[in-house]
Order: sequence, then structure tokens, then C-alpha cells
Amino acid sequence: MSAIYKREFQSYFISPIGYAVLAAFMFFSGIFFYVQCLYTGSVNMSPVFQSMFFIVLFVIPLITMRTFADDKKNKTDQALLTAPVGIPAVVISKFLSALSVFALCLCSFIIEGLALSFMAKPDWSVIIGNVFGMIIMGSSFVALGIFISSLTESAVVAAIVSFVINVLLSLLDTIGYTVNWEWLTNIINALSFQGKYNNFALGIVSLSDVVFFVSVTCLFLFLTDRVIEKRRWA
Amino acid sequence: MIKVRNLTKYYVKNKALDNVSFSLEEGEILGFLGPNGAGKSTTMNIITGYLSCDSGTVEIDGIDILDNPTAAKKKIGYLPEIPPLYNDMTVRGYLEFMFRLKKVKKPMKEHINSICELVRITDVKERLIKNLSKGYRQRIGFAQALIGDPPVLVLDEPTVGLDPQQIIEIRRLIRDLGKKHTIILSSHLLSEVQAVCDKILIINDGKIVADELKTSLTGTGSATSKLHVIVEGRRQQVRSILQKVDGVTDVTDLGEPEKGCCEFTVNSRRDVRRLVFRAFSKTDFNILEMNPVEFSLEDTYLGIITGKINTKEAAADVSNI
Repeated sequence: MSAIYKREFQSYFISPIGYAVLAAFMFFSGIFFYVQCLYTGSVNMSPVFQSMFFIVLFVIPLITMRTFADDKKNKTDQALLTAPVGIPAVVISKFLSALSVFALCLCSFIIEGLALSFMAKPDWSVIIGNVFGMIIMGSSFVALGIFISSLTESAVVAAIVSFVINVLLSLLDTIGYTVNWEWLTNIINALSFQGKYNNFALGIVSLSDVVFFVSVTCLFLFLTDRVIEKRRWA
Repeated sequence: MIKVRNLTKYYVKNKALDNVSFSLEEGEILGFLGPNGAGKSTTMNIITGYLSCDSGTVEIDGIDILDNPTAAKKKIGYLPEIPPLYNDMTVRGYLEFMFRLKKVKKPMKEHINSICELVRITDVKERLIKNLSKGYRQRIGFAQALIGDPPVLVLDEPTVGLDPQQIIEIRRLIRDLGKKHTIILSSHLLSEVQAVCDKILIINDGKIVADELKTSLTGTGSATSKLHVIVEGRRQQVRSILQKVDGVTDVTDLGEPEKGCCEFTVNSRRDVRRLVFRAFSKTDFNILEMNPVEFSLEDTYLGIITGKINTKEAAADVSNI
């Protein structure tokens, strides 16, 4: 398992993808930090995190697009699936390596927090809570992206489809407002990613939100495992 | 060492494998022969646990691949049709990854170095796989199959893309490995199977059409035999004597090679050399030359694939001689 994790993680930085993703994420996070903290003279970093939600939607499909699609295309899955390793271990290793790259992106917030601490006293509990929230939410997007990647041979298709689904999920709130039936609004709100994420951004870590994101992650990792297993029976 | 029983596999509604069974003892090299799309790769993918089967069992050294896949896979080194290489890695990086993936408990550096020496890729060890030629890629694929010294090697068309010298090297390597390992090898090159394997399995349309020892599929004593004779004597009489020999199916006149002689090829259902000799010894005609036209595996193979030869009959004929 550690072998796959290591290889996958390294592969992000052998190709330009890892660097491109890191650069894009840090670029936007820098801009938002400048506009919402430095320019306005505010110590509160919550708006930065709220703005970064949409960047996350873009960035995660780029991280996950190649996980299984490339393996299938280059037939390297034959090496993984005929090795003495179970399919769940393969899925989890790939998930953890993608999540690690995403976690690296989040380091930009720590750097920004440190930059703030030279000038003022930032609220570290908000920053840490937010980074934690972003990892938890990001893990469900990563799991979703890996699942989409396992369905196709083309990394580009995987990226586009995951991106569209991510945007749809984040638009659920807006759809929820426009629906007249209360029961449907309740269901949509219960599934909303952004609503739950905004709680984290405000510094509120609620157990139900954590459970929601963890369950979504587990669900999509399980589905990925099933997709790979099903391919053996095709 | 390897026991395959009643494998059946459907691709949606297409029957890819139909009741395939065979077994292999330790140290044997099995050649898997068949036209494209016959089911060679499917069988190999099932043996290595990459695909599953709809019914049937595969046992590697007594371990069922479905019941205990991890233990069974540890015993197999697999070179698929397209070597599973990560193009963005160096050869050394890739082999180290495969070493860790297979959880091999040996000193890594020495083990990988010795395998690189064996398949002759030491000089490209630090290069990126994507920049290497097909021959090297094939050999890297071979190297990853050898990692961990698995007792069973499954090689799907191992010499594809190699130049003639490399082909000879790889075949020699396979023969050497066959002393210690049990090997299943697929190929559509008949000469390759003929050169390397102890046992041959011919598969067509997902069914095993011949499962014989190599000696009974090749050589003079095979399904049909062909004899080339030059006899001193009158053409008509010689021909009628040849036609009367028991087992002869067809006599073809090849003309007059020298004065007073006639030349024929004789097709027969079995080896008729002795009978031909006795037939002429009773007459005044002298046999000047008689030599069997050797049947290559290719002839037998094509005969079996096109259904002209019944292998059971062929085997029976062999035991009669």
C-alpha cells in the first residue's frame, strides 16, 4: 500500500500537474488574502476560505483526473491488480496520495496566517478549523473525483465530469431556495456541500457536518472499489 | 503446480472461454498457441487474477486464486501483452516500485541489479521509460515479472517487438528460467513455441483443440505423413505398387529425375516407410532414395485450427508406430 501511495504522490511532481495545481491554488489564495485581509486591514481570514471554496471545485478534479483513468489507458492496472494487494488498498492509496497533494495546497493558508502574525494577532483557531474543514470537505470531493476517474479511460473526460458534478453540488443551495416544496428543500439542504462548508469557514466544527463529509468519502471510495471489481467480471 | 479446471468466461454474451482445463507440473514450460482472439490472453488474465471467470477454478501451487488471491498472486510473475509500465518513471524507479508492491523480502538493490543483468537493461537503468524503444520496454516488462523470483511465470507474447538477436536471447533466457520456474507462454509464433516449450496447448474459439506433448505434434509420426521416394523402374508399375501400400492416401508424380527413375511424393495417414520398403523388396524395382518430408508444427497447427486433423486420431497413430 505504501508503495502505491509513494509512487502516486511522486507522479504528481514528476509531471507538471502537481506544480500547476499548487501554483494555481496559491495564486488565488494569495489574491483573496490580499484583497480580503491585507487590503482591507482585516485579521479575519474566514472570507478567504469562503472564496476559496470555488477554487477547490476546480482544483480537485485536476488532482484526481488521472488516478484510475491513466492506469486503465496505459494498462498499468494489470500490474496493480495482479500484485499481491487487494483492490481496497489500491483505492485507498490513490485516495490518500491525491488528498496529500490537496493538503499541500492548503499550506498556503498557514503561510498567510504566519504573514498576518507579523502584523497582528490572527485567530489561529479559525485558521486551523478552516484548514481542517477544507481537508474534510476536500476528501469527499477527492473521493468523488477518483470515482469518476475509475469510470473512464480519459483523464480529460474525468476532469470535466467531476468539475460539472462539483459545481452542481455547490449550486444545490441556490436550487434549494428556488424550490417551493418544503420537503424537497430540506433534502437538498441536507445534501448541500457549501452550506456545511460555510459552517467550517465561520469556525464552527459540528459533528454532523464532519460525519456527512466522511460518509460521502467512504461512499465514493466504496463505489470505486466496486467499479474496479466489476471490471474484472466484465 | 498449475491446475486449471473447466474455465468458462463470457464477455457479455460472447463466450470467450469454453471449459478450458489443463495442468502443469513444476519446471515445465507450456506453450499456448492460437490465432488472434482465440482466448490466450483471457486465460492468462484469469490465471493471474486480473480477470475473473464465470465458472471453473485456478490453483497455483495448491492455492485457489479466488479463495486466496493475495497468496496465489505472490507466486506469479506476469508479463501482460502490453507491459504495464509507468512512462514517467525511470527504469530503476519502476522496478523498485514493483519490488515494494510485490512485498518481496530480499535485498532490493542486489535483486534488481541481478534481474537487470539477466534481461540486459543495466545500461538504461537511469533512463525514463517513455524514452525507451519497444524492445527495451518489453524487457523491462520481463524484468518486473521476474521480481521476487516467483515460481510461476506467465508470459503473454514475450518476444513481440524484439529484434531477431533479442528474440534468441529471450528464448534462451526462458529456457534457462524453465529449469527453476514453471512457465506458461503464449505466442502465435509457432517456431517460438517449438523452440522453447515442453508442452503445447492449442486453443481456438475459446476451446482447447489440442493438448499434447510437443513430440507427438511434430515430427514424422504426426497426424499425416509425407514421403519423398525415388525408385528405379517403370512409372505406372511403381505408382500402382505405392498406391496399394496400406495407409497411403495419395501419390503425386514428380517426374523423372534421372533416366529410368521416377520420383513421387506419397501422402499417408501414418508412417509407411517400412511398408513401402517391403513392397518394393518383393519386386525388381530398387528404391534409390526415400526420405520423410518432416511435418512442422505449423502444418499440424493449421490442420487443427482448420479442423482437418483430429488430434485424438493423431495421438493414436503415434502410439501405434
